[in-house]
Amino acid sequence: MTMKRTLMGTTVGLALVVGLTSSAMAEEITIATVNNGDMVRMQKLSPQWEEQTGNTINWVVLEENVLRQNVTTDISTGGGQYDVMTIGTYEAPIWGANDWLVSLNDGMAEDWNADDLLPAIRGGLTVDGTLYAAPFYGESSMVMYRTDLMEKAGLEMPDAPTWDFIREAAAAMTDRDADINGICARGKAGWGENMAFLTAMSNSFGARWFDMDWKAQFDSPEWKNTIDFYLGMMNESGPAGAANNGFNENLTLFQQGKCGMWIDATVAASFVTGADSTVADKVGFALAPDNGLGKRGNWLWAWSLAIPASSEKQDVAKDFVSWATSQSYTALVAGEEGWANVPPGTRTSLYENADYLAAAPFAQMTLDSINSADPQNPSVQEVPYTGVQFVAIPEFAGIATQTGQQFSDALAGNQTADEALANAQTLTTEEMEAAGY
Amino acid sequence: MARAISHRKKMMWTALAWGIGLLIFFPILWTFLTSFKAEATAIADPPVWFFFDWTTENYTAVLERSNYPLALMNSIIIAVGSTLLGIIIAVPAAWAMAFVPGKRTKDVLLWMLSNKMLPAVGVLYPLVLIAKYFDVLDSRILLVVILMLINLPIIVWMLYTYFREIPGEILEAARMDGANLKNEIIYVLTPMAVPGIASTILLNIILAWNEAFWTILLTTVNAAPLTKFIASFSAPEGLFYAKLSAASIMAIAPILIMGWFSQKQLVRGLTFGAVK
Repeated sequence: MTMKRTLMGTTVGLALVVGLTSSAMAEEITIATVNNGDMVRMQKLSPQWEEQTGNTINWVVLEENVLRQNVTTDISTGGGQYDVMTIGTYEAPIWGANDWLVSLNDGMAEDWNADDLLPAIRGGLTVDGTLYAAPFYGESSMVMYRTDLMEKAGLEMPDAPTWDFIREAAAAMTDRDADINGICARGKAGWGENMAFLTAMSNSFGARWFDMDWKAQFDSPEWKNTIDFYLGMMNESGPAGAANNGFNENLTLFQQGKCGMWIDATVAASFVTGADSTVADKVGFALAPDNGLGKRGNWLWAWSLAIPASSEKQDVAKDFVSWATSQSYTALVAGEEGWANVPPGTRTSLYENADYLAAAPFAQMTLDSINSADPQNPSVQEVPYTGVQFVAIPEFAGIATQTGQQFSDALAGNQTADEALANAQTLTTEEMEAAGY
Repeated sequence: MARAISHRKKMMWTALAWGIGLLIFFPILWTFLTSFKAEATAIADPPVWFFFDWTTENYTAVLERSNYPLALMNSIIIAVGSTLLGIIIAVPAAWAMAFVPGKRTKDVLLWMLSNKMLPAVGVLYPLVLIAKYFDVLDSRILLVVILMLINLPIIVWMLYTYFREIPGEILEAARMDGANLKNEIIYVLTPMAVPGIASTILLNIILAWNEAFWTILLTTVNAAPLTKFIASFSAPEGLFYAKLSAASIMAIAPILIMGWFSQKQLVRGLTFGAVK
């Protein structure tokens, strides 16, 4: 009897131990991420992390806007459905300040070198000294241009052009009969679409969204100059139906050889020089334009990995985030797919790597663009907010999408620049007052 | 002479019907063609129609990157489950309204329909919090119940319209023969209303299949249906139209095939109630 009991006890004990250790060893984490080349590559390489650690990953890959809806709902209700979320520089400071995210100041792998992160990117993900997200890849915006068309127009693109030069070059490159438009830029309404472009552009014109008392500034001469210039240039040299064009539409036009210049995200560089492009060997790069006021019209964005405070597997999640945003991950991608395919724009060490600089012709331009954007001081004038092409307050996405509709409408010719600015001023003022500013 | 005119007229109508049919079908045809193109051909200008290097590469890529069988299974369970559950609740409700109407029956019907007008996002947070409390986030049962509730007004309305076509005297006769309420509904009413019930089921399966607000926001991995599967292949920064087309074709194929097979039933059911 005693023997039987001991045996039973041992068996139960053993089973418990086995059960406990196996559950402690093999965790299953859920990661939400966006559908883009670098992230899909991470998904493809992640079995290596799974093999190393014994953990498994459930991937939820979604289109950017759908992802934002999903993770915002989850994190604000403490749903706990995700252990790692891919978020941008817009969400990180807001969610971090709300204590929705886990601090990454400690608990990361030992060789995960935070000091190696590019200061501009790190600054955009930090609130009061606490880092809330690990940058996976960073991007800015720049000018991509057709070297052959520029030559044909008898012009030479400087490394750091002015807006006046861009407008002049656009007009010279435009050849409506050959279906070539001198300039392609975003016109589709949305806070991450035309307003990202226009807000970044307005910084270089000395404009700002709000003054130090959070009063809307669309009635300022700086904003009027920005919008007048944008509409003038696009009407002279932009493609037909530009008011409907976002990143993908412009990318299609550029790849088909219908744009002389395109000002957009640095991530586009690898597309326009890639295998699917008909103009791959005729593309040059330059910094985003300025107006001689000390700020360039480029933005700053970093898709980053963050861990929601509602996750029950924060240690495993940190282990994954360390792995995916480390220098050794960069080396892994380089080994498997070549240096041109490593996620750019997050670490200083990458831009000191001779192999990378040799493989990516746009590397130096990307680094210079990122370094010239300062999320803490985005405009020439003093501002109460952080963010280069956005204002890091929760109300911004809604307000900017509405103002974006006004400017898109003006580009489509349905209203004048002055009407669009007056409407933007009214609706921004109303929304900000309703929000209690 | 008269025959000739009617023949010509018939030809014209046929041509017009074909024209409209092709116009409506065109987006699906274009998606189908695009799904077999390379990404560069997919955005070619002028567009390439049939003469390109057909490739199944996109389908392979889509299958490699995601769990299609699970998403398909979830879509079937959620669409069929929510519809059947809705029918079980709606048949007695529609019976009561059609055969024993009260003073407020019309108001109740209108009130039910008015619930459809509420913007879904207005109840998103309460629903997520309730689901979290009962620990049913990302479960099929949650989606079955939610989609049933959302489509219930339509199911009741459709059944009500069909039931009204059935003479009440037949049910009275059954009652005189000693049938109780349960038998009356199951053995007399339901068999007579089969065409109506069938088209209600078909239409609601389609509605539930295409529902892309709740199915995306209330699921993560385990209960994620085909709507979420498609969302994972769309990208605002990158041209993946061919892969997105392949994913779309894979997502709509089952419901499209179901639609073709049950076309007669669907059309008869839809026109049955309307022509009074």
